[in-house]
Amino acid sequence: MNIVSAFFAGLLFGVGLIVAGMANPAKVLAFLDLAGAWDPSLALVMGAAIAVGLPVFAAFGRRRASLLGEPLQIPANRTIDRRLIAGSALFGVGWGMAGICPGPAVVLLGAGVPRAVLFVAAMLAGMALFEWLEQRPARRRAPLRESTAGADSDS
Amino acid sequence: MSIDWVHFTPFTALAGGLLIGTAAALLLVLDGRIAGISGIVGGLLRPRRGELAWRLAFVAGLAVAAPLYRWFAVMPEPQLDAPTPLLLLAGLLVGLGTRYGSGCTSGHGVCGLSRRSPRSFAATLAFMAAGFATVYLLRHLLPR
Repeated sequence: MNIVSAFFAGLLFGVGLIVAGMANPAKVLAFLDLAGAWDPSLALVMGAAIAVGLPVFAAFGRRRASLLGEPLQIPANRTIDRRLIAGSALFGVGWGMAGICPGPAVVLLGAGVPRAVLFVAAMLAGMALFEWLEQRPARRRAPLRESTAGADSDS
Repeated sequence: MSIDWVHFTPFTALAGGLLIGTAAALLLVLDGRIAGISGIVGGLLRPRRGELAWRLAFVAGLAVAAPLYRWFAVMPEPQLDAPTPLLLLAGLLVGLGTRYGSGCTSGHGVCGLSRRSPRSFAATLAFMAAGFATVYLLRHLLPR
């Protein structure tokens, strides 16, 4: 895996979030506040990002390997189940409370916003809690089998 | 619903979105990966072989975006108004929920919709609806 290209992609992603105003939680909350003074900006951010993504995924998504020779890892899971919906809804509740999703959280951390440290620490704790909850029943059922937790991740 | 024309920034929103889409496209085309931040960060907690370096590199890029941006331009001061207990609960729910739901605004919202995945469409509807409902509850139903 080429770490230079991964670094550059992360950097560009972060700059995009800043340019779009999405590294500002207040602006994200203004999008989520349909009943208040609504700021539709986030919808345009997603629309523009998808406008770039659609043709690229359509042209490139079925290839076996990337241009640098890495195997393409596209999620194969197509089932819409309770895990997906309940997890996403839980995420949405947290998103609505603070106006921060994982990307902007890392950008805010890098920006040196003191309270972003608290959010990122809590987010990592939530992710660790997920790992722990996923490991627990698997361990009880089959102590020696390797867990497949996270193998179906979309992201 | 009334649109806040003063704070609505269509041009920078579109420009930022184009950059985000380009970043996601680059990660796919060069590295063969989906730019889903929750998955990339979550994968750091229990890294599989050969999975650590590129994830750290991507997250590092994301983290230096703000300091680098400030070299060239003035970055508007982020406004983080949530009181601390709510901020901590929010972080916990975002971490748990995105891992449970296998993605967030980037993995499902940008990349998933870009590859026209019905699963990501359902996830995006779910977190958008929950986000709208939560803000409505906190700002308009509960007394402040």
